[in-house]
Amino acid sequence: MERHYMDSKIKGVSTGVSNVNYVCSKTINKLIQVHDRIFCCIAGSLADAQAVTKTAKFQISLHSIQMESPPLVKAAASVMKELCYNNKEELQAGFITAGWDKKKGPQVYTVALGGMLLSLPFTIGGSGSTYIYGYTDAKYKPDMSREECLQFATNALALAMGRDNVSGGVAHLVVITEGGVEHVVIPGDKLPKFHDE
Amino acid sequence: MREGLKTQDGGIQYDLSASTFSPDGRVFQVEYAMKAVENSSTAIGIRCKDGVVFGVEKLVLSKLYEQGSNKRIFNVDRHVGMAVAGLLADARSLSEVAREEASNFRSNYGHNIPLKHLSERVAMYVHAYTLYSAVRPFGCSFILGSYDQDDGPQLYMVDPSGISYGYWGCAIGKAKQAAKTEIEKLQMKDMTCRELVKEVAKIIYIVHDEVKDKAFELELSWVGEVTNGKHELVPKDVREEAEKYAKDSLEEEDDSDEENM
Repeated sequence: MERHYMDSKIKGVSTGVSNVNYVCSKTINKLIQVHDRIFCCIAGSLADAQAVTKTAKFQISLHSIQMESPPLVKAAASVMKELCYNNKEELQAGFITAGWDKKKGPQVYTVALGGMLLSLPFTIGGSGSTYIYGYTDAKYKPDMSREECLQFATNALALAMGRDNVSGGVAHLVVITEGGVEHVVIPGDKLPKFHDE
Repeated sequence: MREGLKTQDGGIQYDLSASTFSPDGRVFQVEYAMKAVENSSTAIGIRCKDGVVFGVEKLVLSKLYEQGSNKRIFNVDRHVGMAVAGLLADARSLSEVAREEASNFRSNYGHNIPLKHLSERVAMYVHAYTLYSAVRPFGCSFILGSYDQDDGPQLYMVDPSGISYGYWGCAIGKAKQAAKTEIEKLQMKDMTCRELVKEVAKIIYIVHDEVKDKAFELELSWVGEVTNGKHELVPKDVREEAEKYAKDSLEEEDDSDEENM
């Protein structure tokens, strides 16, 4: 999921990947860096998602070199969207693209399965997201501080991982600001506990 | 001196195709293409504090000419305008190329194409036609101008060799030297579009040769804060005011010349 607070973005993902009958890995990093200040959260078929992000990363890198400046988050999200929309028959992957650029500061975009591109203040995705729509809608407020935002993301991830049988493992968070990128990794047992556990 | 065509002794000709250099390192076909631009009437573009203004001297060759037709200024994208000089058919085809570039960029990257990138892409296209003997270079130069909230006003010029440079003011066509002299007199960095429109009209009137070319129609366009970032032909009342200013300034100069005599 993504949120943005005043001057930076926080993205968080859980790390479960499953085949039809079993969870094949509990330790996948689903936060892909597509440029210095732009990350993508991937969901859906990870094979498709990896293929798309690898292609997008190349295209965005070339675009940035041609423009002689860091890419706009909107441009990166548009590249993902073009790939998803033009190949919608074959692909089954959704993305959350977020980052920081000089023109508009921190931004969050979601690219849905068929290639719809939306700009939002915050968004959630993946199989576990269905369990936390209520929580995130209720608890989100604009202009949160970095700590509030981190706490919000961590709580939301913990709740989703608690309820969804194919989500779980480790929580990865990334804080993106003008100054740089910071990774926060929270193992499953260190996540906040809620009353059901 | 026309070195390309050698004499009857059967010497080698260096100017028959764009894929041949001359011994002193020139590609004559490209130079001849630039001559085609110099035969055309003048077009100027000037960048100011809050926008870009284009002015084109359109020579009227016939009494049957319909006013406002045969445009020499094109819209390439909402925020980009293009003024041309040279072979008009070549220019029109290049304006389509520029439109496609701008459109594809928006499709892929979700935002307006930066003018520097657009002019580099079109310049690359023009350059490609200077490499092969199977095609001829484009016989036109053009000036691209745009206005954007973040980058401000931008002005680029592309010539038949495929070079693109950024400018504060530039001129192409038969009176480009005279026009450049007039442009250099302006303090365009401190002017607004409204002030500049009048000066552009005046410059076109000044460089127009009454003796050789009879009637002309002035085509004026602008893009800037005044138009909210949209490139469009200057509205009728502004154009009339600008033309009046231009004509009055010329009369003043004529009068003062007479006084000096």
